[in-house]
Amino acid sequence: MTFSGYRRPDGRVGVRNHVLVLPASVCASDVTDKIARRVEGAVSFHNQVGCSQVPADEVWTMDVLSGYAANPNVYGTVVVSLGCENCQMDRVVAAIREKTNKPLRQVIIQEVGGTLKAEALGVQYAEELAQEAAQQEREEFPLSELILGTECGGSDPTSGLAANPLIGEICDRLVDADATAILSETTEFIGAEHILARRAINKEVRDRILFIIQRYEESLARVGELVRNGNPSPGNIAGGITTLEEKSLGCIHKGGHRDIQAVYDYARPVDKKGLVIMDTPGNDPSSIAGMVAGGAQVIIFSSGRGTPTGHPLVPVIKITGNRETWLKMRDNTDFDASPVIYGPQSLAEITDDLFGILMETVNGKKTRAEELGFVETAIARVSNYA
Amino acid sequence: MRNAVIISQTDNVAVAVEPVSAGALLTWITPDQTEHSVTAVTDIPIYHKFAVRDIAKGEKIVKYGEHIGEAGADIRAGEHVHIHNVVSVREKLV
Repeated sequence: MTFSGYRRPDGRVGVRNHVLVLPASVCASDVTDKIARRVEGAVSFHNQVGCSQVPADEVWTMDVLSGYAANPNVYGTVVVSLGCENCQMDRVVAAIREKTNKPLRQVIIQEVGGTLKAEALGVQYAEELAQEAAQQEREEFPLSELILGTECGGSDPTSGLAANPLIGEICDRLVDADATAILSETTEFIGAEHILARRAINKEVRDRILFIIQRYEESLARVGELVRNGNPSPGNIAGGITTLEEKSLGCIHKGGHRDIQAVYDYARPVDKKGLVIMDTPGNDPSSIAGMVAGGAQVIIFSSGRGTPTGHPLVPVIKITGNRETWLKMRDNTDFDASPVIYGPQSLAEITDDLFGILMETVNGKKTRAEELGFVETAIARVSNYA
Repeated sequence: MRNAVIISQTDNVAVAVEPVSAGALLTWITPDQTEHSVTAVTDIPIYHKFAVRDIAKGEKIVKYGEHIGEAGADIRAGEHVHIHNVVSVREKLV
């Protein structure tokens, strides 16, 4: 089986052909927003960080910024910085160049002399790139070029019962086709670490899984959050969840059943085939940001209640196992997974249907969030501003 | 009428997808596409678990093909399975 995508000079394959107008910091975000609005084919987002950060946060920010520019759905990037922020232009450009040789332009607001001049230069650069991008045509590629990110949010009892197991079936199919699937949201591994550890391909991966879970638990404990004591929550228990193991299993099931090949730190480039883990928070926009920076070209997102989440670079296919949500939140939801619960189709038939939607989306069909023009994203943080 | 869902073939609990009263029939389809039924011996709230077979005290409760806890009491087929008869056990890392 193949899909149609865009070949990049760094050897990777995109399923979208965006020009990214990348804000190096919060102080450049209004300008990138103005530029992207004026150029067809250009996208941007609000970067709320990029300055006054502790070192651990700055690493994550730099990894997301450079990972976004390197994401295969991006044709080329116009980086815009204010000039005095910690994420300096030369550092951002160097980080991008470590990952990709795709087209790159730079605008420094304090050097060109203010917002309006920076906007004009940015529009000129973005239009040049967009014209080049429009010349490129899709070609056929094997499924093994795909990296799928998985996410769940706005969960309800149908998430663990229908939507997450269904996404797990999709992951299994992709992994069996030599593609890559990313299981994320470390918060939700807590309590199921022994099960994930058992599925590790070797001792190094096993130890790494246990390490990131322990590290996450400790980072939450430092600010007084004790995951094991508060979970399952009274609301979870009223909803039928009995133990933390059960709650976590409902979440990790969206990764499917295959062995875990590797564990990646937040927003680091994903270079292995098969099922892999990325250490991300449970917060949806920042978890998705990590996977997109890691190279995921498409996300499948399960929601019980329905969520608006999209992404500037990557189609986010949202599915729900709750049939009321499917009816109420149609403009935010791409696929009805409730037949997993109520039938009449078998799980294999519903998996075929969702796989079909995945392929249509990869081949160019817009998701609901893309139709709505949603570009909100977030970069994970460990600390308050310095 | 199917009114319950089981995730894995090896699970000893399933989940009611509508409120089911004691005495009513609980019906689910296992992944191998066979239909199974048991009579509810207690009320089962929507999205709560019940035993698909008798589970002895101390036996593992299995959902998603994995252990989610241990039976804290003998549990009959068709009985509500929740915090009153399940003990959470932190399993050893093997």
